[in-house]
Amino acid sequence: MRAFCERLLALVVALSVLCVAASAARADAYDDALAHFLADSFDETIEGINAVVASGHPLAEKVIEALQAGRLLFSAEQKRVFFKDEGDRLVDAASGAPSPAAAPADLAPVRLNNRLRRIIEAALGGLTLMSPNPAKRLEAAQAVFKSKDANALPALDQAIAKETVARIKRALTEAHAAVILYLDSASQADKIDAVAVMRDRGDQDALAVLRGLPADTPPTVKQLAADAVAAIERTLALWETVQNAWYGISLGSVLLLAAIGLAITFGVMGVINMAHGEMVMLGAYTTFVVQEVIRTRYPGLFDYSLFIATPLAFLIAGFVGVLIERGIIQFLYGRPLETLLATWGLSLILQQVVRTAFGPTNKDVGNPSWMSGSFDLGHITVTYNRLWIVLFTLLVFALLLALLRYTRLGLEMRAVTQNRAMAASMGIRTGWIDAMTFGLGSGIAGIAGVALSQIDNVSPNLGQGYIIDSFMVVVFGGVGNLWGTLVGAFTLGIANKFLEPFAGAVLGKIAILVMIILFIQKRPRGLFALKGRAVEA
Amino acid sequence: MFIPIRAAAARPLTRRWLIAAAGLAFGAGLAGPAQAQDTIKVGILHSLSGTMAISETTLKDVMLMLIEEQNKKGGLLGKKLEAVVVDPASNWPLFAEKARELITKDKVSVVFGCWTSVSRKSVLPVFKELNSILFYPVQYEGEESERNVFYTGAAPNQQAIPAVDYLMSKDGGEAKRWVLAGTDYVYPRTTNKILEAYLKQKGVAQTDIMINYTPFGHSDWQTIVSDIKKFGSAGKKTAVVSTINGDANVPFYKELGNQGVKATDIPVVAFSVGEEELAGLDTKPLLGHLAAWNYFQSIKSPVNDTFIKTWQTFTKNPKRVSNDPMEAHVIGFAMWVKAVEKAGTINPDKVIDALPGTEAPNLTGGMSKMLPNHHITKPVFIGEVRGDGQFDVVWKTPGLVPGDAWSDYLDGSKDLEADWVTLKCGNYNKVTQKCGGS
Repeated sequence: MRAFCERLLALVVALSVLCVAASAARADAYDDALAHFLADSFDETIEGINAVVASGHPLAEKVIEALQAGRLLFSAEQKRVFFKDEGDRLVDAASGAPSPAAAPADLAPVRLNNRLRRIIEAALGGLTLMSPNPAKRLEAAQAVFKSKDANALPALDQAIAKETVARIKRALTEAHAAVILYLDSASQADKIDAVAVMRDRGDQDALAVLRGLPADTPPTVKQLAADAVAAIERTLALWETVQNAWYGISLGSVLLLAAIGLAITFGVMGVINMAHGEMVMLGAYTTFVVQEVIRTRYPGLFDYSLFIATPLAFLIAGFVGVLIERGIIQFLYGRPLETLLATWGLSLILQQVVRTAFGPTNKDVGNPSWMSGSFDLGHITVTYNRLWIVLFTLLVFALLLALLRYTRLGLEMRAVTQNRAMAASMGIRTGWIDAMTFGLGSGIAGIAGVALSQIDNVSPNLGQGYIIDSFMVVVFGGVGNLWGTLVGAFTLGIANKFLEPFAGAVLGKIAILVMIILFIQKRPRGLFALKGRAVEA
Repeated sequence: MFIPIRAAAARPLTRRWLIAAAGLAFGAGLAGPAQAQDTIKVGILHSLSGTMAISETTLKDVMLMLIEEQNKKGGLLGKKLEAVVVDPASNWPLFAEKARELITKDKVSVVFGCWTSVSRKSVLPVFKELNSILFYPVQYEGEESERNVFYTGAAPNQQAIPAVDYLMSKDGGEAKRWVLAGTDYVYPRTTNKILEAYLKQKGVAQTDIMINYTPFGHSDWQTIVSDIKKFGSAGKKTAVVSTINGDANVPFYKELGNQGVKATDIPVVAFSVGEEELAGLDTKPLLGHLAAWNYFQSIKSPVNDTFIKTWQTFTKNPKRVSNDPMEAHVIGFAMWVKAVEKAGTINPDKVIDALPGTEAPNLTGGMSKMLPNHHITKPVFIGEVRGDGQFDVVWKTPGLVPGDAWSDYLDGSKDLEADWVTLKCGNYNKVTQKCGGS
């Protein structure tokens, strides 16, 4: 019994000595690894990262994460490495304890470049495959997929066995497949399975993996990979058509927003308003002013800035529109050339007024947080800013249709469009309707400006970029008809975006303009011309 | 004829008025021409409105500061310097008109101006005809060396070629596929021709190069960024070389950020994007994208620190940024002042002959020298975008690189050399031993 206890004790002592020795060795390896960060050289930092990961020290993950976020600091004088934790406290990297002394004077961040960032992503991927946080596990799986690091294979196998969330399990399996395909020592059967996994994934990243296979891959695998590439390319070609259609819709919605105000003024009054682009510009500047006020006084409201700016832009641009109509246009009815010249001169005046008031350089209009970023739908990318603009355009269009159909003002506008003389005889005040129509058209242009400020530069010349496009849409779609404008705008947008991949941006635009010229030869009234006896009057 | 005057002079009051008037006229006559020679006029020809205003307005401001600083030191040749500012409004023909106005009407001795190569090409005939001096501070495509122009910005061998070398290196990512994206005018078109020839010489296949042009002010980048992503998914590391100019860069970088194109996957190196263009952007999604310049505000040196302090005091804005074309104006202005002092006159021919060989300090340390081909020696830096809109230098040339006006990679120009000191020619053909003339 006593001998047994003695042997047990010896075993325990031996084991604990081994553990201490192992952790001391680990700690030594870790301390040596940290020393690499003191050299302030990119190559040394890479060695440091690899050594820290290899040491297996419990603090390794924290150190690499801090390095990625630019929070790993070193002091060349004191020869110590620190990092800042979540609470922004300085922590000694060797011990993990908060640094008691004050920060050294020469504390500098460990520098990074793109090559280092890729190595860090791969390293973190390997370290965090079994993190308790599911988002981190997914990121780790994606990182290993990109890095194809063979050292992560055992950790991957473990993680796949333990994973419960289906999406993450699939990502881990795909990462595993990517590593296998680039591993010389993997068996042919494993590689064939990996090709099948890539084919199932079927997106651009899978294509990249299958196309870049190393030269010494067995020929059967290469053949299967080539077949998979062809299949994925066919699927992606279909999705690309959908993607181009989406881009066309988003471009069309921008054209529609800009042109719909013009359709109303041109349609109802036959007035060629060259200052329409400046109404858009006024709306964009209203957004800028609203955001400036919010930035200085109520920073918390920034995400709602667009909701505040939209009604304001409508009122301001509409008010300016009414002023223009009462002040200039009403004296020039029946004289289209003079109206054109007068409104052109007015557009120059408005541009210069804004230039004098705000300065000639671009103004910084920020995107609220819900307008940044994108999400994947099938195999296409949808950016949030474009998505919201499309929805916003459709909403504005629907409201406008409702206004024209269900309100008295809309009824009177339509009456004046169809037959001015008759409408006047029925007691409608055509002068007042003209002013309101112009105000409505300009107000909608102002709202368009709010939307455009999110995707384009805000400068006094903003309107110049959209006036030609607006006229193009109105002429193509048919004057006076809102549905014509809608169809015209989306047709032009989609046509432009399908031409662009082949012809480039410049030639694509030229081709569209030539197409419109030819179309107008055949149908001078546009797609949906208004029928009526007195439309010309 | 003198009878009425004599009759008037006979009357005492009228006589007094006559004498006073004569005295005034005589005095004014003397003072007049003397007043016209009291200041030396310096023309500033930069767009203060339009698509290029985002980049050029700050150059006008730095010139005003340099002139003020020189006047504090006592001016030049005993006279004060006077700035004459005009706004050619990003309108290229207007650049030529305004240049003519500066030289003939305002009688400036030198012009500091232009940014886009098309604006420079527009004003060249004016400077040649009227024999004035232009200091051009912006990186450009080379293939030019004019007697009346001094190029203080980078030639392709001082910016574009080192940037491509960096991207091909291990640190840069060993790029094998290239997207050359630019604005549609002479600078990107010529630079891309040079880069295409250079890449092919380095063994890159035609199918691994994608070239794309967009108009000034282009704002719908969805298709192009999507094409870049597609081109980059061929299994080889892809890099983008961007010669996009002006405010089209803002929606381009926003779209890159929105579509998730990270610098670690597809790095974008830009030649016309500096601290000024990044000032209006949220740069966190752009971390790691690159720019190639000969100066970055973040480079620490005593000369640079003093300059930034003076600049921020002058503009009354402690957050105002400085950039490479500003440094080019600082160097160019210092060289012009030295040359005028050496020549002892503002006569353009004498100043032009005095300029080659002058030296002026680089803001990042060392001295820059004006070469016989009217280019200067510059260090080359590659910087990565930081979250705060500044750049981290990740690579630099070991020494100063002399500017080469005629690229060695294009057939039409590899035999040409420019030398205004001994050969008195801007495009001397070394093979046929003949000067091409202008």
